[in-house]
Amino acid sequence: MDNFLFLTRLDYTLIVVTLGAALLGTVSGALGTYAVLRRQSLLGDAISHAALPGIAIAFLLTGSKTPLILVLGAAVAGWLGALAIISIVRLTRIKYDSALALVLSTFFGFGLVLYSLIQRSGNANQAGLDTFIFGQAATILKRDVITIGILGGIALIIMLILWKELKLLIFDEGFAASLGFPTRLLDILLTSLLVIAIVLGLQAVGAVLMSAMLVAPAVAARQWTNRLNLMVFLAAVFGAFAGVSGTIISSSTTGLPTGPMIILCATLFVGLSIAFAPNRGLIWDSIRQHKNRRSLKIAVGRLMEGPQQESE
Amino acid sequence: MQALDSKAIEVTDLTVAYQETPVLWDIDLDVPPGVLLAIVGPNGAGKTTLIKAILGLVRPAAGNVLIYNKPYATQRRIVGYVPQRGSVDWDFPTNVLDVVMMGRYGALGWIKRPGSRDRELAMHALEKVGMENYTTRQISQLSGGQQQRVFLARALVQDATIYLMDEPFQGVDATTERAIISLLQELRENGKTVVVVHHDLQTVTDYFDWVTLLNIRRIASGPVKDTFTSENLRETYGGRIAFMKNR
Repeated sequence: MDNFLFLTRLDYTLIVVTLGAALLGTVSGALGTYAVLRRQSLLGDAISHAALPGIAIAFLLTGSKTPLILVLGAAVAGWLGALAIISIVRLTRIKYDSALALVLSTFFGFGLVLYSLIQRSGNANQAGLDTFIFGQAATILKRDVITIGILGGIALIIMLILWKELKLLIFDEGFAASLGFPTRLLDILLTSLLVIAIVLGLQAVGAVLMSAMLVAPAVAARQWTNRLNLMVFLAAVFGAFAGVSGTIISSSTTGLPTGPMIILCATLFVGLSIAFAPNRGLIWDSIRQHKNRRSLKIAVGRLMEGPQQESE
Repeated sequence: MQALDSKAIEVTDLTVAYQETPVLWDIDLDVPPGVLLAIVGPNGAGKTTLIKAILGLVRPAAGNVLIYNKPYATQRRIVGYVPQRGSVDWDFPTNVLDVVMMGRYGALGWIKRPGSRDRELAMHALEKVGMENYTTRQISQLSGGQQQRVFLARALVQDATIYLMDEPFQGVDATTERAIISLLQELRENGKTVVVVHHDLQTVTDYFDWVTLLNIRRIASGPVKDTFTSENLRETYGGRIAFMKNR
């Protein structure tokens, strides 16, 4: 009977949240592929943390919690954070990892200061703003899903239109530049697409965990294929599955937070892929090694026998 | 000798610096059309930087580069480029044919995807480098020599007049080296200009007809028989060349 009760609770709210999480997983999975292949997995982490003060400032300026306004604030701050990292690396002798850590903690710290200021101001409307730190998928409304769908859709369409250019940029930036493609501009565009994917996920997954939504599906997808188009597709599918399964698991048991459950599902896919994927998987690898060793032993055995027979 | 007014590449007063250290200092270099030229010099002499500066990939502190009397930006389509093999991640999820087709991206321009004509050109280039049986091979499963051939094929489909190659012999076996050099010589026979960053001093006289000796400054440049002298080499390599004379 309990099961049936659960089914009847598959109500409007749950459908909305699941749909939002699925869309989110699709967008961040597909675009995360590019971050992983560029070895910029941590850039997503910096952007998601850097987005936080943007949300606070957008709220302070407008007093509104309309998703589009908050997402816009997050996007501007996240984008500035990414730009700050790129500029620090280009203009100073500070290395990439240090620049990343500096920007991440500075922006995040600034965001936390603004949050406590807002909380102390006693503005009654401020409740719920802190969901952006750890995420709260249950707060996703129909209008949020529409925002995710439209903005995420635009980002994916741009990715598909510039497929060839982005592929070349990631594989061989110098060659792309020699052909006349504006690699710096393409780089900024790709970062902007990542920013979009990240800020769309902040409400559901939160700033702290969002980068896993970019990285995990792509890493899992890489284990199964050697083709970029399949990798992007699989990462999108894994991302969507993680979104859906995480939401359903957390809604079927009370007290399980949705965002972290989505991330755990995504990392479960990573673990399974690393273990079981053909060719790249660990189990496949150890079977192959075992086979190689056995055939080598046989070959060596034959060699050892050979000269003895000759000398007799 | 070539006519004086037709220079395939003309570099004047080129200086490139990373932070405060100059990597190239006041380089003048004229490359006549139809030569096979080796750029040689010790590690850190700025060989790669010179290639990149000609291609506009690094911004010079001073100086000027002309390709057939025009700036590079307007002459991209007649210049082919083979970067160092180690400059890319060979674990990237793609196959041999796909990499070679990237050589067509410049001619294709924005957004347009490669079609059957581009595929044909790529296949033809792969035949030229003896890799036609590896079209669907994942690039991480190639040997160093095969990677180098793929990069060469990618430059061949650019169908350029001038080729700039950064160490195409690096880490390849003797067979591949012979295959590559006969390909480069064939390009020269067809009137192309080929500029190669080269490391092995022993083979310069056999492989090339022009040579540029570089060590931050341009030490000498010209036909191999006049330029590749022990005096110039000593000036380029300093004391480190001593072992050559004892052979």
